[in-house]
Amino acid sequence: MDRTTTEWKFSLNFRAGLLAAVILALLLGLWEGLDRAPVLGGGGAELSEYELLMGGADETARVPPPSDIMVRAWEQLSDPFYDAGPNDKGIGIQLGYSLFRVLTGYFAAALIAIPIGFLIGMSPLAYKALNPFIQVLRPISPLAWMPLALFIIRDAQASAIFVIFICSIWPMLLNTAFGVAGVRQDWVNVARTHELSPMKTAFQVILPAAAPTILTGMRISIGIAWLVIVAAEMLVGGTGIGYYVWNEWNNLDLTSVIFSILLIGVVGMLLDLALGAVARLVAYQE
Amino acid sequence: MSHAFVEVQQAAKRFPGAKGGEGLTVFENVSFSLEKGEFVCIIGHSGCGKSTIMNALAGLDQFSDGAMVMEGREIKGPGLERGVVFQNYSLLPWLTALENVRFGVRARWKAWDETQVTEHSLEYLEMVGLKGVEDRKPAQLSGGMRQRVSIARAFATRPELLLLDEPFGALDALTRGVIQDELVKIWSRDRQTVFMITHDVDEAILLADRIFLMTNGPQARIAEAVEIDLPRPRARAEIVKHPHFYIIRNYLVDFLVNRSGELRTVDLDRLGLHYPRPVNPVTESATESDSADAPSSASPIQKLVKFTPKETHHG
Repeated sequence: MDRTTTEWKFSLNFRAGLLAAVILALLLGLWEGLDRAPVLGGGGAELSEYELLMGGADETARVPPPSDIMVRAWEQLSDPFYDAGPNDKGIGIQLGYSLFRVLTGYFAAALIAIPIGFLIGMSPLAYKALNPFIQVLRPISPLAWMPLALFIIRDAQASAIFVIFICSIWPMLLNTAFGVAGVRQDWVNVARTHELSPMKTAFQVILPAAAPTILTGMRISIGIAWLVIVAAEMLVGGTGIGYYVWNEWNNLDLTSVIFSILLIGVVGMLLDLALGAVARLVAYQE
Repeated sequence: MSHAFVEVQQAAKRFPGAKGGEGLTVFENVSFSLEKGEFVCIIGHSGCGKSTIMNALAGLDQFSDGAMVMEGREIKGPGLERGVVFQNYSLLPWLTALENVRFGVRARWKAWDETQVTEHSLEYLEMVGLKGVEDRKPAQLSGGMRQRVSIARAFATRPELLLLDEPFGALDALTRGVIQDELVKIWSRDRQTVFMITHDVDEAILLADRIFLMTNGPQARIAEAVEIDLPRPRARAEIVKHPHFYIIRNYLVDFLVNRSGELRTVDLDRLGLHYPRPVNPVTESATESDSADAPSSASPIQKLVKFTPKETHHG
């Protein structure tokens, strides 16, 4: 028997979950405790005039404690789709806008990156010809495109989608090219000895062989796209989770800011999990 | 000669050298023919170009010189009338065993419907003893099982010429024996023409009608074509008891150990267009001892290379 079952009564997963819960409780407790502790030590000290004016409240604004955030989360999540004007929409609506932009830009990028990546991976000529362009365009921060996009497209929504498009295209393009170029010659030979047409070779041999690498690129891209959308929406404004964060900051509602930060993390994780599930479908063991 | 099933004439493989340097000639002046239904093994040391010859026949590689003709048509590129079993199996790892065989069958008979393709594929998987594991992926199969799938895939497309590139090279001795028997079984059913690379002398004797012996590279040649006259069907356990077995075996081992390096290209090329000299070790060893004083009617090579079979046991 292996060590884990002989020495421990519970599975590794259970113990890891327990440890995570303990760490979470400790962190939240510490945060909550620090927030609730009086700023002035001793308690017996005289209150300043300002403090007296403020009813003995803190001199400085504080990060809201976790309990406040949980209350806010409950409020927001129990009615996520309300719409009370341009500056007061439910968190679900804001996330919906962001997801729509991310997925539109992302799939548009996939539609272009995967075929071009295929071409680059198959043809050394295409690789050498296109590589300089890729090397120059790839390091450009996606947000740097924003002014140009706004000028050319003249539409905030479409510009945000374009920014997502341009930031998700590179990992998919390079990974597809890398995956296609790295397909084992043996498998290509199998296609050749079976007289498969170039199209059939591409779809029946090269695509499944390169699929895991392509999916890795797609997974990196969705992560970057979700990072970039927040920044992009802060710039273009109007709707979306990025705009929501900035708007709540302007409202000095830090509770909502922290709540939305956590929500951005959760949605990003779900996007990654979804692509991870797809990656498992196309994975193979050599 | 031009009526042979497969005809290779004056094939050569050369690699150009680096700037100013001398190029490398792996082999040249290689000519041979295969008859329909014949099982031919080719033996030679590493680097003599066996795999290049095989890949050229498969259409995956090209000779620097020479011509290949199969049934009156020049071999240009790969084709379904030639099936290949690779040493590393070359199964598609994302497909199950059955799907791998179906892959070949579907490519061969495009008009067949799905059930027909599946039935035909299953029949061949069953023939190599893989019934019940057809839904496993290659990673879930042992090396021997993978090579069986690969053999099933190649045979299932019923190619006219089968090319086996050291198919058992990566397998342990026990597994190898079992799959050799299966190969004999499946081959005796359809009697395809087989051209096989091997390093295993016993394997070659068990399977082949003729064994081509290659001299060492660079500038290798196919020197001789040894005829194996052991009766068929052959079984591994039985053929070792046949009186001719060790005569043949010793002849082959002697060639590999001593003569493959001694035979010089010039001697062979003196004959012009050089086909491998047909040799029957059994009759040859008999004449050698019977008529030592009789005037020799042997070919020029026999005069050049004095050969005595040794009665030593190898392995």
